[in-house]
Amino acid sequence: MSRVMPFRDTAANPLKPVRSAPPPVVRLAVAAVLISVVAAVCFGIALRNLYVLTGASNLVVLAVCVVAALAGWIPLLPALRAVTRAKERTSLMRQDRIVEARHTAALGRESASTSLGYAAAVFVLAALLAFAVTNDGAIAQTFLRGSFIAEAWEDVLKAFWVNVRVAIGAEILVLILGLAIAVMRMIPGPAGRPLRILATLYADIFRAIPGIIVLYLVGFGLSLAEVPVFRDLPPIWLAIFALTLTYSAYVAEVYRAGLESIHPSQWAAARSLGLSYPMTLRTVIIPQAIRRVMPPLLNDFIGLQKDTALIGVMGVIDAFTQSRLVASSVFNLSPVTVVAIIFVLATIPQSRFVDRLVERDQARQRAGSS
Amino acid sequence: MTFLQIRDVHKSYGTTPVLNGVSLEVAKHEVVCLIGASGSGKSTLLRCINALETINSGEILVNGDEVTGRGVDLNVLRRNVGMVFQSYNLFPHMSVLKNITLAPTMIGGVPKAAAEERAVELLEKIGLKDKVGAFPDALSGGQQQRVAIARAMAMDPQVLLLDEITAALDPELVGDVLEIIRELARGGLTMLLATHEMGFAREVASQVCFLHQGRILERGTPERIFEDPSEERTQQFLSRVIKAGRL
Ligand SMILES: Nc1ncnc2c1ncn2[C@@H]1O[C@H](COP(=O)(O)OP(=O)(O)OP(=O)(O)O)[C@@H](O)[C@H]1O
Ligand SMILES: [Mg+2]
Repeated sequence: MSRVMPFRDTAANPLKPVRSAPPPVVRLAVAAVLISVVAAVCFGIALRNLYVLTGASNLVVLAVCVVAALAGWIPLLPALRAVTRAKERTSLMRQDRIVEARHTAALGRESASTSLGYAAAVFVLAALLAFAVTNDGAIAQTFLRGSFIAEAWEDVLKAFWVNVRVAIGAEILVLILGLAIAVMRMIPGPAGRPLRILATLYADIFRAIPGIIVLYLVGFGLSLAEVPVFRDLPPIWLAIFALTLTYSAYVAEVYRAGLESIHPSQWAAARSLGLSYPMTLRTVIIPQAIRRVMPPLLNDFIGLQKDTALIGVMGVIDAFTQSRLVASSVFNLSPVTVVAIIFVLATIPQSRFVDRLVERDQARQRAGSS
Repeated sequence: MTFLQIRDVHKSYGTTPVLNGVSLEVAKHEVVCLIGASGSGKSTLLRCINALETINSGEILVNGDEVTGRGVDLNVLRRNVGMVFQSYNLFPHMSVLKNITLAPTMIGGVPKAAAEERAVELLEKIGLKDKVGAFPDALSGGQQQRVAIARAMAMDPQVLLLDEITAALDPELVGDVLEIIRELARGGLTMLLATHEMGFAREVASQVCFLHQGRILERGTPERIFEDPSEERTQQFLSRVIKAGRL
């Protein structure tokens, strides 16, 4: 073995720089080629099975499958590039151009890693597809049967409008009630004590009761007991009311964390200007707190939106209830999958929207313009 | 004429005594500097004067009116007593203009247009007129402190309390802030400031108080305190400060 430890060399001859040789690329590049080929083949087989199972002699479906199968080969491209780099590195090393060899080797290893990353994704997709078509496509048949999806789509979407209305109504009320409860918990002095205790009790109790039980009790209890006003409310309003009760307790905690996270100096600065306690809260503390709690608040809202799928227990026909009606008439779960897809489609843009809001806010504060 | 009178004030946090009988008189147009080691109670004293902390015993009179008992309208008191802190002064979600006009419009009863005009005037004085619409995050620490002073001045306070307002600043930013204090002192504003800038204290103060363990151990003109301190503690403190290169 003629490999010399570089630092020993340096110590012996400090004036001559020792340049470490670049790490080898060949093995990684070959591995990338092999793995991307295997992934592409698996993906192709899975796609072929799927196409056969759909039983459609539809040209569009065929085209989609072919394009997808071709896309499965994409990871091979960087893998081949890595092989080229590996060859280059060897020839550069032979010419003793170590710095260039190092550069080439780095690029080659990067290409190989990229290829491996993409190939892994192709593998995951292939596995998912394979799972969907197992048992002669029983999974796909149960959850994703095109004809049932087409049949249920419209009714379910129409019923989803109920979920949307309940969610928006409850969110507006939760924003207000949650803040009110959070602020109640901050009222200072002995005079505020009863209110503080009440607010704490409220948050404790409604975070403890499962949302579905609150929905059930409100939905049936209030009309059974003939509570005035509530007795005459349409069920959709009762659903909004019940979800508001539950989620205000969560959101109050989110607000409270935000309010308490504002530096005490902000209180002192505002009070020293002569602003009263409520004024300070309103103009200085709450605006900063709301900005800060935006992400967790929106998380709770996404939770609330998902819980609108529970309002079926109080006899409101929402998207989930509607899809179950269709599902039980066709003995297939594809209509329920439709609801799941609708919820996904409704939620993802919201997450992106919040991210953008937060970014814009930060950018504006950084830029320092009004 | 005595404008601010502090009589035998005691204050403790829980069982820890912080102020042990502080007495001090400040006349109109006087500039009083509080010096003393860290933890000696300078900030606490200033916060008590502005009623941000309640005191356990003693009394504080502003303009002959007691401000420490029950039933005092603290919001009125604070309109007359401005305060600037070491850091986190400005409201980060408001522009510089909004920071300055907030108190005058909300509690001073000044119309918005007039308040904004005044704010721009103040900003011009501190050399930050071009930062009217900026948000605090976009300002340097020194600029933030200058805006904080302008904001306090927008309420036309009769006395200004300054708590180590240059302590959190990079050395090259300190000068601009001190220049504004100098300017205010020349204009005859009554000020009470806690500071570690001994050179500055010596220059602007009409009276220097040395605090030690919650007591004013020694007070007098800056010449006397800095050149001929009579208390041993003061001598020790000053020699430490000189060793640290701050005088
Ligand atoms: N909120 C508080 N709770 C408990 N103790 C406190 C509180 N604020 C201050 N103290 C204590 O009071 C004493 C005096 O504090 P103070 O802030 O007045 O000192 P200082 O002279 O301003 O010091 P520095 O020069 O470091 O600012 C310190 O011992 C400190 O620990
Ligand atoms: Mg202090």
